[in-house]
Amino acid sequence: MSEHEYTPKSKVGKWFNDRLPLLTLANHLTDYPTPKNLNYWWTFGGILTFCLITQIVTGLVLAMHYIAHADMAFQSVEHIMRDVNYGWLIRYIHANGASMFFLAVYIHIFRSLFYGSYKSPREVIWIIGIIIYLLMMAAAFLGYVLPWGQMSFWGATVITNLFSAIPLVGEGIVTWLWGGYSVDNPTLTRFFTLHYLIPFLILGLVVLHIWALHVPGNNNPIGIDIKKPSKDTVPFHPYIVIKDGFALLMFMIVFAFFVFYTPNILGHADNYIEANPLVTPAHIVPEWYLLPFYAILRSVPDKLLGVIAMLSAILILAALPWLDTSKIRSAVFRPLYKQFYWILVADVLILGYVGAMPAEGLYLLIARIATAYYFLHFLVVLPVLGFKERTTPVPLSITEPILGGSPNLATVKKKDSFKDQ
Amino acid sequence: MEKKTKRRDFLFTATYAVGAVGAGAVIWPMIDQMNPDASVKALASTEVDVSAVNPGKTITVLWRGKPVFIRRRTQEEIAEAKSVKLEDLKHPEKDEDRAKNPEWLVMLGVCTHLGCVPLDQKGDYNGWFCPCHGSHYDTSGRIRKGPAPTNMEIPEYKFVDANTIKIG
Amino acid sequence: MKNFFRISFLIALFFGFQFNSNAAEKVEYLKTDWSFKGPFGKFDRAALQRGYQVYQEVCSSCHSMKYLSYRNLVEDGGPEFSVEQAKAIAASFEVKDGPNADGEMFMRPGRLSDKFVMPYENEKAAQAANGGAYPPDMTVLVKARGGGVDYIYSLLQGYEDPPAGVTLDDGVYYNKYMYGNKIKMSNQLSDGLVEYSDGTNASVEQMAKDVTTFLMWTAEPHLETRHKMGFKAIVYLIILTVLVYFSMKRIWSRIETKV
Repeated sequence: MSEHEYTPKSKVGKWFNDRLPLLTLANHLTDYPTPKNLNYWWTFGGILTFCLITQIVTGLVLAMHYIAHADMAFQSVEHIMRDVNYGWLIRYIHANGASMFFLAVYIHIFRSLFYGSYKSPREVIWIIGIIIYLLMMAAAFLGYVLPWGQMSFWGATVITNLFSAIPLVGEGIVTWLWGGYSVDNPTLTRFFTLHYLIPFLILGLVVLHIWALHVPGNNNPIGIDIKKPSKDTVPFHPYIVIKDGFALLMFMIVFAFFVFYTPNILGHADNYIEANPLVTPAHIVPEWYLLPFYAILRSVPDKLLGVIAMLSAILILAALPWLDTSKIRSAVFRPLYKQFYWILVADVLILGYVGAMPAEGLYLLIARIATAYYFLHFLVVLPVLGFKERTTPVPLSITEPILGGSPNLATVKKKDSFKDQ
Repeated sequence: MEKKTKRRDFLFTATYAVGAVGAGAVIWPMIDQMNPDASVKALASTEVDVSAVNPGKTITVLWRGKPVFIRRRTQEEIAEAKSVKLEDLKHPEKDEDRAKNPEWLVMLGVCTHLGCVPLDQKGDYNGWFCPCHGSHYDTSGRIRKGPAPTNMEIPEYKFVDANTIKIG
Repeated sequence: MKNFFRISFLIALFFGFQFNSNAAEKVEYLKTDWSFKGPFGKFDRAALQRGYQVYQEVCSSCHSMKYLSYRNLVEDGGPEFSVEQAKAIAASFEVKDGPNADGEMFMRPGRLSDKFVMPYENEKAAQAANGGAYPPDMTVLVKARGGGVDYIYSLLQGYEDPPAGVTLDDGVYYNKYMYGNKIKMSNQLSDGLVEYSDGTNASVEQMAKDVTTFLMWTAEPHLETRHKMGFKAIVYLIILTVLVYFSMKRIWSRIETKV
């Protein structure tokens, strides 16, 4: 991508850079040509980086005071909340930070869905992103177990029991996961270890995610390929840095509101009751960000099929670049896809809603319809739309929004899709 | 480079300044959390019953996670401590200032060199000897020989009654 | 922008549902004005001190308060008893300490650094003494109940005769705010039960409010600090956001594109 060779001005800089080209990397990052028409939905990548760093820093600090032992975990969390200097602040940032992280990642994913950012040549970025998302869910679930409240304990029990659905070896795997015959101290200590590990795996994948992004460059709201650098791009610094910074600050205001004024609203009251293996809470609900998948799990009457459905709901996203057959990236020029996109958004929100409700009666029916539609969207609607949809004309460049009546440059290169017009 | 001073852009300067203040404010809680917490600070004092300590005996009690030596000194030890000339000391302190009641020496049992616990009734001065790096302390706990820079520390303490010492 | 509003709306709807869902089977709780609600909320010191008295005289014989220390009674943002008062309170309790030089446990008067003395040795003893029901620890109780302070406040006043057709076992009482309406704690509050030293009339309502305020503090001892810090943090963020916004406008004005 280095369109121009970079040489540090100072002698020392040049000496160092010849041996380890950190300055070249820094120069690449600051000069990185970015489409100038990126809207605010594109700022969530930066916001997510902020979320990850916040979680890692506050998490490290909490780990200095937390005790991963079934008899002391709950107490040590109360110790953090009461006695540790600023402990309450750090814990509330970490707990609410998880929710903010997911809020941002969902916006990031749905932005990608709307503007077709997962399409060629960005499939690898997208798949790395899905892996990051899976790891985030794992980290969030493991972290939720650590305070050792009632929801921690029973959430851990329910989720680990999902593995018992695997034929033949399922029970063995569950016992292995627990390190005993129920969720207990060995489970807690290993969950703590893994909760500590995963964020660093995520960090590594984020580096790859950004690396893979910098090969083709950013997609943009009109979804066309652009020449870099050109009139259509601006250097990342200062233009995008300041814009990301502005969006991040807006995000932080929302974040601060949760931390300082309603720190417990996104959590569940039962988690302030210490874990009790003899009593299950009346309603077991995961955190809000896992609810849609929880609804899919419960909508299938068979245990094994339910688990398969839930996993497929996430993994199907990895196949998206091939399921979506349309050559046009941005939904802006795809009137029909746009409609289906909003139906999918609504569908996922409905799944989230019924996931929080008891799995019975009308709720169960709604959950089943919504689950069916979720898969229908990816397996039927998207492949068919690509062939059937009449797209609107795509401009040739960002700066000169000429409606040339031609498809985007990506398709021009392939010279095979004029039939769409 | 032009010598002409650039006109300061107030807006950018203000943004940087305000941003820097915020960054500092965020870093402080992350540092302060490592300081002793409220429950640790609350354990600042401890009371010790010394009625069973006979002359020539030392008891060691735990205070703030460190050993405190409480020695009931013999008359010879007191005489020895008082006879030392101040100019012979590396860290000149009178014995009277270290032991208000000469019979009782209450001091932090931590070598001032690198924090080991010295051994009782050892060394060249009949006091304490630190086995880690060979510091010799006299019967008043003052450093006489070896790498330790200062005398062993005297904590704040008082006699609550004839048999009870409150440390801290 | 259109999309932005659409998405914001959907997210708002989603969270709206969430909060509703938490409230799904809720009866209308009794309402009162809590001084600690809202972004500038603070505790009412006198109410906290009275609430401590109610906890001590009424609740503490069964309910433990195991994460609270006597020193907390002195700290800023709490009942703010004087150090002497708190020391006297602590000293009025016998704390088990030891082992001493003979290897035996012994009892001594409480100190500020001690945790609140527990009414029972352990959970089993508590159950045995209370007909099999464990009186929950009260330190974080208001955070451990969906309805929070309103629920506790209502529950304390929610005892009534069971409606026709509802039969109650021995040691089980009817409370209209309890989940399932059956509760193993009998009605504890009656008018004039405690004698407030500040002369406040100890009505059931007053005691319920005071002790609930106290429990809110035990659950969130840093609530006042949090509110104050939150206000500063958000004002700061807004100022910085405005500055960054104008900086952004200035920077982007170098190229002829609107941000």
